Amino acid sequence: MPRRIYLDHAATTPVDPEVVQAMLPYFSERFGNASSLHRFGREAHEALEAARRSVAELIGAEEREIVFTSGGTESDNLAIKGLVLAQGKKPGGPHVVTSRVEHPAVLESCRYLESLGFQVEYLPVNREGLVDLAMLEKAISPATVLVTIQHANNEIGTVQPLEEIGEIAREKGVLFHTDAVQSVGKIPVDVKRMNVNMLSLSSHKIHGPKGVGALYVQGNLAPMPLLHGGGHEKNLRSGTENIPGIVGLGKAAELAAQRMEKDRKYLTGLRDRLIRGILEGLPKSWLNGHPTQRLPHNAHFGFAGIEGEALILGLDEKGIAASTGSACSSKKSEPSHILRALGLNDVEARGSLRLTLGRENTEEEVDYAVEAVCEVVCRLREMSPLWEEPIIKRQLT
Amino acid sequence: MYSEKVMEHFRNPRNMGEIPDADGVGRVGNPVCGDLMTIYIKVKDGRLEDVKFKTFGCGAAIATSSMVTEMAKGKTLEEALRISKMDVAQALGGLPPIKMHCSNLAADGLHAAIADYQKKQQSRK
Repeated sequence: MPRRIYLDHAATTPVDPEVVQAMLPYFSERFGNASSLHRFGREAHEALEAARRSVAELIGAEEREIVFTSGGTESDNLAIKGLVLAQGKKPGGPHVVTSRVEHPAVLESCRYLESLGFQVEYLPVNREGLVDLAMLEKAISPATVLVTIQHANNEIGTVQPLEEIGEIAREKGVLFHTDAVQSVGKIPVDVKRMNVNMLSLSSHKIHGPKGVGALYVQGNLAPMPLLHGGGHEKNLRSGTENIPGIVGLGKAAELAAQRMEKDRKYLTGLRDRLIRGILEGLPKSWLNGHPTQRLPHNAHFGFAGIEGEALILGLDEKGIAASTGSACSSKKSEPSHILRALGLNDVEARGSLRLTLGRENTEEEVDYAVEAVCEVVCRLREMSPLWEEPIIKRQLT
Repeated sequence: MYSEKVMEHFRNPRNMGEIPDADGVGRVGNPVCGDLMTIYIKVKDGRLEDVKFKTFGCGAAIATSSMVTEMAKGKTLEEALRISKMDVAQALGGLPPIKMHCSNLAADGLHAAIADYQKKQQSRK
């Protein structure tokens, strides 16, 4: 069988076998509706609440502050649209502050609010992808009701200083939501210490199943629900709970909490080996995002003279699964809004590659990937009219 | 997303490279849009004796470049001018809709190279 190396863990992760085992009984044996009064219902309800505990523990929240959703996108929509719409329209506002490098689930929720007449400010970021805290402070006006800034970027892996952003929001008396889909389970997240009022997370990024996520909603905050119905999840998200999925998320959260420190060290080592190998192997290549304030499993590169999609195809031929940026945008042809926000020009933003590692990757796979990337980039540069220098074939060591 | 034929041309592009003493050169596309290609032609007795390409772009851009060189080689200028974008896409077993207009530039590149050759012939007279 040809080699298959999965280096696209920011897109999604394989479900952990322990998670699958935990989920299985809830499809047919314990299939009850968590709202039912009988034994079947109680079993489901207990499983639901146990999962809620595991998720709450992973992010330092109270159990009652976790709302299960269908995933990161729904969590972002519920937090942003729900919170702002619950405020109602006030003269001169309300106003939302976000950044230019958010996930489309946040950006499009904000654009929808704009279409309803709300004001949104999109903060720029620096070359490393960090939001300028002084600018954030200045952007918050008396009309501001919500700041929504991601914890870690889905393409370039830059980690924002959440504690400091939370502190600014607290001082200014505005609510703070963060999309932590990429960071939860990978690096420590503590909603109390970070002064976060709402936080989105997703199951399938942490070796759980797809189609389930959660929103942390602090204390008595009450965003307007997107789904009206039977009043599930404290009336914030109606609809019979996806018990197998939620049990899977609970187990994934539990495993992530146990493994985080070890995985983080391991992945950081692999990541740095990958970055070193590729940057040393190829001239006119660079790392996008922050050199140190980045997710432990994310390496994002730029290569002069080539186009990213061709690189992904070439790597796929060698058995390596990678992406140019987010999986969501890989079928669109516009350059990434995130790379443009870093100040890269259109051509620089084209030649990008995101490699995101997972706990099952090995050093040997990383070395193979370094060789493969260097080989494919050289091949594409040979073909490229934008590359006028001699191709230096990397010496195998 | 791509046909096996596209992938085959992507893997093994035909006629890749430059012709240093080309009789005509056509450069089309724009790197800002993600695709840029240069087609080189060598003309002998009204026929395309050699056709080569260099391309910056996605898999479709590379495959269409490769395909157009293969289709054009040996043809008369008139025949080569009749090769359309549609012909190239069809010869590749089709292209995804989003690639049809943005990356299917190879026929334009070939036509531009022929126009360049004809212009040079004109100025020689």
